[in-house]
Amino acid sequence: MPHRKTIPGVWRRYPQRYRLLGNRCETCGEYFFPPRTVCPNCRRNGKLVDYVFSGRGKIESFTIVYTPPDGMEMQAPYALALIKLEEGPMVTAQVVDVDLDKVKIGMPVKLAFRRISEDRDDGVINYGYKFVPDGDFKG
Amino acid sequence: MRKVAVVGVGMGKFGERWEDGLRELSAEAGVRALEDAGISGDAIQALYIGNMSGGRFVGQEHVGALIADAMGLNPIPATRVEAACSSGGLAFREAYLAIASGEYDLVVAGGVEKMTDVLTGQATTTLGGAADQEWETFFGATFPSLYALIARRHMHEFGTTEEQMAEVAVKNHHNGAMNPFAQYQREIKLEDVMNSSPVASPLKLLDCSPITDGAAAVVLASDDLARKLTDTPVWIKASAQASDTLALHDRKSLTSLRATVEASRKAFSQAGISPRDVNVAEVHDCFTIAEILAVEDLGFVKKGEGGKAEEDEMFNLNSDISVNTSGGLKACGHPVGATGIKQVVEATLQLRGDAGKRQVDRAELALTHNVGGSGATAVVHILSR
Repeated sequence: MPHRKTIPGVWRRYPQRYRLLGNRCETCGEYFFPPRTVCPNCRRNGKLVDYVFSGRGKIESFTIVYTPPDGMEMQAPYALALIKLEEGPMVTAQVVDVDLDKVKIGMPVKLAFRRISEDRDDGVINYGYKFVPDGDFKG
Repeated sequence: MRKVAVVGVGMGKFGERWEDGLRELSAEAGVRALEDAGISGDAIQALYIGNMSGGRFVGQEHVGALIADAMGLNPIPATRVEAACSSGGLAFREAYLAIASGEYDLVVAGGVEKMTDVLTGQATTTLGGAADQEWETFFGATFPSLYALIARRHMHEFGTTEEQMAEVAVKNHHNGAMNPFAQYQREIKLEDVMNSSPVASPLKLLDCSPITDGAAAVVLASDDLARKLTDTPVWIKASAQASDTLALHDRKSLTSLRATVEASRKAFSQAGISPRDVNVAEVHDCFTIAEILAVEDLGFVKKGEGGKAEEDEMFNLNSDISVNTSGGLKACGHPVGATGIKQVVEATLQLRGDAGKRQVDRAELALTHNVGGSGATAVVHILSR
């Protein structure tokens, strides 16, 4: 059977998925999303502090998904992108409220809070970040 | 470290094996490998099995002991090795290390995956477990979509085209048509790939490796024993492995797999050869773009030139380097845990001159390259006559 999300498994990630809470290492200055437990650059010499990302970024790459995973059948086809946040880290997320043939590399996007997936009739409804176009982008 | 050789290989037909489960598939491959080596099961000292997800595909964990039982090898130590699609390559490496270290003299490395008992959506979800569950697949990433993100970026940075990617599928189907163990033993045309249904743009159905049942096994022996057992030992000149972030979005580069670069650099150094010395290579073409990345990251061509090189037929049978003579994951099929072992089977057959219609002339040096997930694990082996 497909992997089903549990309440604690989803609840644990609310701060990151609902408001882009990540962290930053005060030793090397690098920003991390999702937050890391150990700075991969400084390891035990790192000092990680919470940081809420601005939610603005640009598309580094994208694809239109025609064969979705379980729980996202109703959304396909959808645009999935790698978005480079202005602070540095990249995230994988859907780009919505846009014509699929208008999605381009370099397009500025901003954070939106949306429903992500539904785990059948009796499971968890998952929420989190998607991205929408930020301003008029002509490519 | 002691020298280690492959002294026997075996596999069953890859494909939709409705009548067979994990036990039957594994035992068939294992028996053939032992027959090829001309040894009895009593002589085997340990077993390493690559298997990605017996638990999610057929509800079976504890696969190491299960396979040892199925092959009649109890009570030898049996260990399952898991690293997604590179589970087989890692099982081979563990078997190699176990002999090189002096612990054992004769070991079997196998790989098996039974994938067709679940529906395609469930198989997609299970394979998605090779990516980052919390930060990739949760948001709608599938395996094809991750490689599609790589492909789009490769096209953007280097001008790689969908036609160049399609050439990989055409070539590998051509080779697969000559492999009696391949899932798809038929040729396809460029238009077939270009007109196939979209999966995750720019990747289409015929850019993707299929869902496959299958198993493969090889027998490894220490230096002295190998020479006693066979006149045609195939020597393991190098074995190297590397890791990277599970999530594609955490990587510095989207168009190069660092784990492949690191593992292959170490492997070439161990073997004392350069990339262009390789005659035959089985590389990890889970998607057509993955073969283009592989030929670049392994150093066969410069970064960005893989698409053009495929178009120029540099990697066709008996050209500069014959790549994926078995048909690759694309045409031979991709039972995820078995693929890394199948690559060693093919390399061994080529080096021994036993590859039939797809035999490469003057095969002296072979390379195998097995990748887990979107590149978080890579394992490279170099073999010679």
